[in-house]
Amino acid sequence: MSLIAQLPVLPIIIPLVAAPLTLLLPKPRLPWVWASVVAWVTFAACAWLLATVASTGMISYHLGDWAPPLGIEYRVDLANALVLFLVSGVAALVFAFSYHSVRAEVDAAQTPLFYGAMLICLTGLLGVTITGDAFNVFVFLEISSLSTYALVAMGARRDRRALTAAFNYLVMGTIGATFFVIGIGLLYQATGTLNMADLHERLIGQDNRMVQAGFAFIVVGIGLKLAMFPLHLWLPNAYTYAPSAVSAFLAATATKVAVYVLIRFFFSVFNFDFAFIGAAFTYVLLPLGIAGMFIASLAAVFQDDVKRLLAYSSVGQIGYMLLGLSFATVEGLTASLVHVFNHALMKGALFMAVACVVLRAGSHSINAFAGLGKRMPVTTWAIILSGLSLIGVPLTVGFVSKWYLLDAAFSSGHGYSGFLIVASSLIALLYVGRLAEVMLLREPPSEGKYAFPAKEAPLAMLIPMWVLVIANIYFGIRTDLTGGIAQRAAEALMLTAGGAP
Amino acid sequence: MDHLILKVTTKLLFAPIILFALYVQFHGDYGPGGGFQAGVIFAVAFILHAFCFGLAETKKVLPQKALVIAMVAGLLFYALTGVATMLLGANLLGYDAIDPQSTHHAGQHYGILLVEWGVGMCVASTMLTIFYHFTGREPDIDQEDW
Repeated sequence: MSLIAQLPVLPIIIPLVAAPLTLLLPKPRLPWVWASVVAWVTFAACAWLLATVASTGMISYHLGDWAPPLGIEYRVDLANALVLFLVSGVAALVFAFSYHSVRAEVDAAQTPLFYGAMLICLTGLLGVTITGDAFNVFVFLEISSLSTYALVAMGARRDRRALTAAFNYLVMGTIGATFFVIGIGLLYQATGTLNMADLHERLIGQDNRMVQAGFAFIVVGIGLKLAMFPLHLWLPNAYTYAPSAVSAFLAATATKVAVYVLIRFFFSVFNFDFAFIGAAFTYVLLPLGIAGMFIASLAAVFQDDVKRLLAYSSVGQIGYMLLGLSFATVEGLTASLVHVFNHALMKGALFMAVACVVLRAGSHSINAFAGLGKRMPVTTWAIILSGLSLIGVPLTVGFVSKWYLLDAAFSSGHGYSGFLIVASSLIALLYVGRLAEVMLLREPPSEGKYAFPAKEAPLAMLIPMWVLVIANIYFGIRTDLTGGIAQRAAEALMLTAGGAP
Repeated sequence: MDHLILKVTTKLLFAPIILFALYVQFHGDYGPGGGFQAGVIFAVAFILHAFCFGLAETKKVLPQKALVIAMVAGLLFYALTGVATMLLGANLLGYDAIDPQSTHHAGQHYGILLVEWGVGMCVASTMLTIFYHFTGREPDIDQEDW
């Protein structure tokens, strides 16, 4: 066996084989150790894959030695190698981070199941990203979603509302997946193939009702999964009541992978000759992106629960990704991909910090954050630094995202949206500022429900969290790393889609 | 002893149901059937047993712990078949590597048999786990206790 030849399948097969084994390991520590080691090995494989793709170009892997378009093909280019790197990297950090948080929030009897489900979820997310087969996307999407529903429901030990949140997510997510598979079915009817590259070839010149309906179903289905603004209703509750480590993992990965799928379908399956796609950009993604940027961000300002605040902020940030995408230019697509990466870094760090507070305070209400600067200074500064990144302050990744977005907005003739981006960043300033005010300027309560001894979270949690915070700054200074890869990925995608470079 | 007829009939049917499950399992690559269907039929034999003799009796035969192991083993059977073909030099699930000398792709046949066996084990034990949990769960929580 040559490891290089089998490299594309390793990110899928490693966590998949490892996941069931967690069930057999003795509690409480070993399942976590095993899952973390596996996540790091997966990350190494993904990093190697990214390096290989960056130097040699697109890799195609044929499962079961069946040649595409009949067989399932894994197709790794720069766009999905970047997302693979991101998802596995966040997973590696969150898994290492999660031990104390999970012990405090999840039933001890359920911990092996918890880590098993996390690994299955990771498998699903990586599978969605890596595959070049449209139906395979659906299969992996369901693998990740089903394990996510279970993971969200495991928050029920601390708050029973996790059960309704998980059920709500299950209903909405299943509708999304069903719409998606109906769309795939219609495209299959129209073309007779499921391989994305082959679909792309055969869809050229086709513009009939069936393809249009298929397109609409796919956009709405993925829109539900990625929490596109009016379809986001499942997200705030799911993120709020899930165990904190799960919130951190999902906020940084699940919606990002869905954004990637949307990009893949827009640019690699459909093409710009298809008249509907232009309408979808101008009349669906652009207005909904802007609406999300403002309405969801405004909703975040008025939340009294920090996890819910961050969840609404996520919906707002997805608006930026959709906005960048809707410009349908290389710059816009680059901005979108860069923001996918950067937003994962900031939200991962923020949700991890909240997990630290939940561990000590037992609550994620904003009242528990009062005077946090005196009680948990290390965590507080992690929140403030990644919060600054969320606003888009220079030297952080948030600034890089906004810069690329503004550049794309002005160069594509949507100059007005540049002003909207700045205006909505001011709303982010409001909710981050409110959180900072509570943490730094208020006195910690000395008695009552929210009083707890001044003690930092354990080092095992602080280190992974600060790695992400530092990544926020590192990638904010070394912009050529993400920006360069995203730009090359965007150029390749635009070339396939047939748009003007 | 109540429901004597049902109990005797169940004992009579138990073995043929399992036999039928195995038939569906191994005939899957020639006709309708395969691991999923076979797994369900296999589980049905035990579900019928639980209906007639009570869950406690069935759990003596197949404890929950054994089911977890069967689930894990089934999934691993599938995945490791794929890994084995990788180690033999083909791609994941490239069954031809199992019997490369064959002129009529016998490897494909062995490969799918192994994989389907894993599917069967996994489905049967998962079905039974779901059944155990639904029938064995504690009474609902009072509305007031939420």
